[in-house]
Amino acid sequence: MSDSTAIAHSPHDAPEHGHEEHPAYLRHHFENVEQQADAAGFAMWLFLLTEVMFFGGLFTAYLIYRNWYYPAFVAASHQLDIFWGTLNTLLLISSSFTMAMGVWCAETRKKQGLVLCLVLTFILGIGFLGIKTIEYKEKIEKHHVPGFHYSLNSFLNPDTDEAAVKAGDKPLPLDMARHTEVYFSLYFAMTGMHALHMIIGIAILGFMIFRAQAGAYTAGHVTFVENFGLYWHFVDIVWIFLFPLLYLISRHANT
Amino acid sequence: MSATIVSLPDQSTARIPKVNFLTKENGLLSWLLTGDHKRIAVLYLISLTFFFFIGGALAGLIRLELLTPQTDLMATDTYNKVFTMHGVIMVFFFLVPSVPATLGNFLIPLMLGAKDLALPKVNLLSWYLYVAGGILAIYTMATGGVDTGWTFTTPLSTHYVNTNVLTTGLAVFIAGFSSIFTGLNFIVTIHKMRCPGMTWFRMPLFVWAHYAASILMVLGTPVVAIAIVLVALERTIGIGVFDPTKGGDPLLFQHLFWFYSHPAVYIMILPGMGVISETISTFSRKRVFGYTAVAFSSVAIAVFGFFVWAHHMFIMGISNYAVLVFSLLTMLVAVPSAIKIFNWTFTLYKGSITFETPMLYTFGFMGLFTIGGLTGVFLGTSGTDIHLTETYFIVAHFHFVMVGGMLMAFLAGIHFWWPKMTGRMYPEKISQLAAVVTFIGFNFTFFPQFILGTLGMPRRYASYPPEFQVLNVFSTAGATILGVGYLLPILYLTWSLKYGEIAGNNPWQATGLEWQTQSPPLTENFLVTPIMDHEAYDYEWLENQKEKEVASVG
Amino acid sequence: MTDQKEMEESQHHVVSPVIYLIVFGALLVFTALTVGASYVEMGIFNPIAAILIACIKAVIVVLFFMHVKYSSKLTKLTVIAGIFTFVTLISMTLADYISRAWGRW
Repeated sequence: MSDSTAIAHSPHDAPEHGHEEHPAYLRHHFENVEQQADAAGFAMWLFLLTEVMFFGGLFTAYLIYRNWYYPAFVAASHQLDIFWGTLNTLLLISSSFTMAMGVWCAETRKKQGLVLCLVLTFILGIGFLGIKTIEYKEKIEKHHVPGFHYSLNSFLNPDTDEAAVKAGDKPLPLDMARHTEVYFSLYFAMTGMHALHMIIGIAILGFMIFRAQAGAYTAGHVTFVENFGLYWHFVDIVWIFLFPLLYLISRHANT
Repeated sequence: MSATIVSLPDQSTARIPKVNFLTKENGLLSWLLTGDHKRIAVLYLISLTFFFFIGGALAGLIRLELLTPQTDLMATDTYNKVFTMHGVIMVFFFLVPSVPATLGNFLIPLMLGAKDLALPKVNLLSWYLYVAGGILAIYTMATGGVDTGWTFTTPLSTHYVNTNVLTTGLAVFIAGFSSIFTGLNFIVTIHKMRCPGMTWFRMPLFVWAHYAASILMVLGTPVVAIAIVLVALERTIGIGVFDPTKGGDPLLFQHLFWFYSHPAVYIMILPGMGVISETISTFSRKRVFGYTAVAFSSVAIAVFGFFVWAHHMFIMGISNYAVLVFSLLTMLVAVPSAIKIFNWTFTLYKGSITFETPMLYTFGFMGLFTIGGLTGVFLGTSGTDIHLTETYFIVAHFHFVMVGGMLMAFLAGIHFWWPKMTGRMYPEKISQLAAVVTFIGFNFTFFPQFILGTLGMPRRYASYPPEFQVLNVFSTAGATILGVGYLLPILYLTWSLKYGEIAGNNPWQATGLEWQTQSPPLTENFLVTPIMDHEAYDYEWLENQKEKEVASVG
Repeated sequence: MTDQKEMEESQHHVVSPVIYLIVFGALLVFTALTVGASYVEMGIFNPIAAILIACIKAVIVVLFFMHVKYSSKLTKLTVIAGIFTFVTLISMTLADYISRAWGRW
C-alpha cells in the first residue's frame, strides 16, 4: 500500500484554542491543515469515482444500442448540428482552462485573477447551457423527443429534412427508423444528466465568486477551489466523450 | 460453560464515567445536529432496528400466508407487495447499512486512534438520507406498495404494473447515496487518519473488512442509481431503453441492476466478517490465524465481486458464452470467503474458547454461512442453477448467508461492543438463550426451504401445490421461534441500559484501541493521540498492560 | 518518497500556467482532429479514432488540469481504480451482447 505509515505527529494536549497556532478553518478531528486538505482532496476524488460509475451505466447502454442499431444512430446523429456541438466543446474546454488558471491564481494568492477566472468559467458554462437550450429547442420543434409525439418523418423521408439532406441520408426502413427513438432517449438522458451537473457546478461557481471576492480562497486555504476544479474538469471529461459519441458517429457522405 | 473471560470492575464502587459522548451535550438538537460519529451510530442503530422490525413483520405475513397452499390470507397481488417490501426494506434499509452504519461508524475512528471520521458532516448527511429514504419507503407501503420484487425486473416494473415503482425507486436511490457517503467517509478515514504507528497491517481486521466493503459501496452503488433513473424515465416518458417494442433490451436493466446488487451482497457480508474476526479472536484468546490472508481476502472478495454479477441472470437470456464465463468467475469468488472460514477455524484451534453470547453468534455464523456459501457454489454452477433458480433453493441460500450469516454477525457485534457503546453489560444468561433460540428457529425456518427448492417449489408464489405444505408449515413454525429470538434482544438490551452491570473499559480483555478507552467513550475518543506500538491481536501486549496497571495501582 | 513528503510535494507543487496553455492548445488541436476525422471514411477505424482521441484528451485533462501527474501514488491509484471498474462494467456487459450473436455452441 502506498501510505503504509501514518502521519507522525507529537500527541497534543486537550483541544484548547490558543495552545498551538492553527487556522480557524482547521477542524478539530484533524491533526493539521495538511491532513485536512489531503483528506478533502481524496474525498473529492472518491466522489468523482461515483460519478464515473453513474455515467458508466449510460455509456454501457449507448454502446450496446449503437452496436445493434448503427444505421439509426448514424441518421439520428445527423440531426444534431455539428456547429453547435463543436462550439460547445470549445466553450467547455476553454472553461476547463480558465478553471485551472483559477486554481493557479488561488495557489499564488492572486485574488483579482481568481475572481476573473471564476467569472470567465461561469460565463463559458452559461454559454454552454445556452447553446444546449437552443439545441433542445430545435429537437422539441422537430418532434425528436422520445415519448412526446416522437416523429419518424425525418428518417422515413429524409428529403423533407434539412439536416438529413445536408448529410446525404437515405430513407431508413421502418423498424430501423423506430430505433432512432432509442438514440434520442440516450441523447437526452446523457446530455441531460451532463447538463444537470453543469447547472450544479455553475451554481457553486456563483457562490465561489462571492467568496473569492471576499478573499476566502487567496489566504492559503485553496481546498474548496481545488476540489471544485476537479469536479469541473470531470464534467468537461464527460463531454469530451459525449461529443464524439453523439455528434460524430459518421459525418462522411453516405456512399 | 462456566468459564468466562469477562472481567468487570467491582460493581459496588464502579460508576459509568460522568463525562462521555452520551452526556457531553443534552437536548434533541445536540443529537440531530451532531458530528460525533458515535452519536450518529446510535441514531442509525435506533432507525435500523425500527426498519428491521417492519421488514420482520412483513416476513411474518409471508410465512403466515404460506401456511396453506391456497392464497387465503391475502390476495396474490398483496402477497407480491408484501414480499417486495420485505426485500426492499431488509436489503436496502437494514442489511446494507447494518454493521457499517452502526458498528463501523462507532468503532472505526476508535480502532484507528482518530478523533472522528474524516467528514463528520457528510456522516450526518448520510443518516438523514437514510431516514428520508426510509420514510419514503414507508410512504410507498402506506399508499399501496409495490409488487415487482425487490429486483424491479423490467419490463414488469416499467410497463406492466401500476404500483409505486417510482417512489420505491426514489427511496432506494436516496438510500444509495447514504451508503455511498458512508463508504466514502470510511475510505478517506482509513487512508488518512490512522494514528502514529498504525500501519495497514496493524489495523484490526474489522477495519480491513469495512475498507473492502466501502470500495464496493463507492464504485457499485452509482450503477444501480442510474438503473433506477432509467426505469423512472422509462415509466414516465417511455424513452424505450428497456422496451422491446422500441428496440430496447429489458436485460440491460438486469445487467445494470446486478452490477451493483451482486457487490451489494458483499457489502452486506464483509462488515459482518469483520465482526467475526474480532469476536473469534477475543473468545479464543488468540490472534487471528493468517492475518494477512484474511486482510487480503477481504479486498479480493471486493474486487472479484465485480466480475460475477450475471450469475443472477443465467436463465434470463444472456448468451451461453456469458453464462460460461460468469459461472467460472463465480467459482473464483468463493475462494477468498472460504479462506476466511478456514482461517477463523484455525484461530479456534488450540485457543482458550469461551462461550459468551458474541461467541455463540459467531459459531452460528461459521456454520450457517458455510452452508449458505456452499449452496452459493451449487448455484454458481450454471448446470444446476438452471434447475434451482427462481425456486426456494435460492431463497434458502440467500437467507442462510444473510440471516444465518450477516444478521448473526450483526448481533454478535452488537453484543460484543454493547459494553463499549453504553458502559453496561447485557444480561448473559438470557442473551445466550436468545442466541440459541435464534439458531434453532433459523434452521427450522430455512432448512426446509432448501428441500422445497429442490422439489421444485417456485419462489414469489402465494400458492403452491399441496404436497409442499408440510415443509412450509415447518418453515413457518421456525419463523415464529426466530421471531422470539429476535425480540428478546430488544427487550433485554433496553433493560440493560438502566440495570446492566457496569462494564468498565475492557470487560472482554480484548486487544484493540477501542478497549483502551473508557466505556462509553469521550466525545473526542482520546485525550491524547494514541501511538500504536504493537501488532493487532497482541494478547501478550495486553498482559503487559494489565501487569503495569496492577503494579501501579498498589 | 515517503508518504508525508509525497503529500506535501503534491500539495505545494504549483503547476505553471505555461503547462495549462500547452494542454489547452493540445485540446483544441485534438478537437479539430476528431471533427475532421469524422468526415473521412475509415470504416472500422472511425469509432476507434474517435474514442482514442477522446481518451487522449481525457488523459491530458486528468494529468495536468486535475494535477494527477503531480499527485500522490494514492490519487493515481484511485483514478486507475475508477477507470478499471468503468471498463469492467462496459466490457463485460458488452461481451454478453456481442456473444449473443454467436448463437448456440
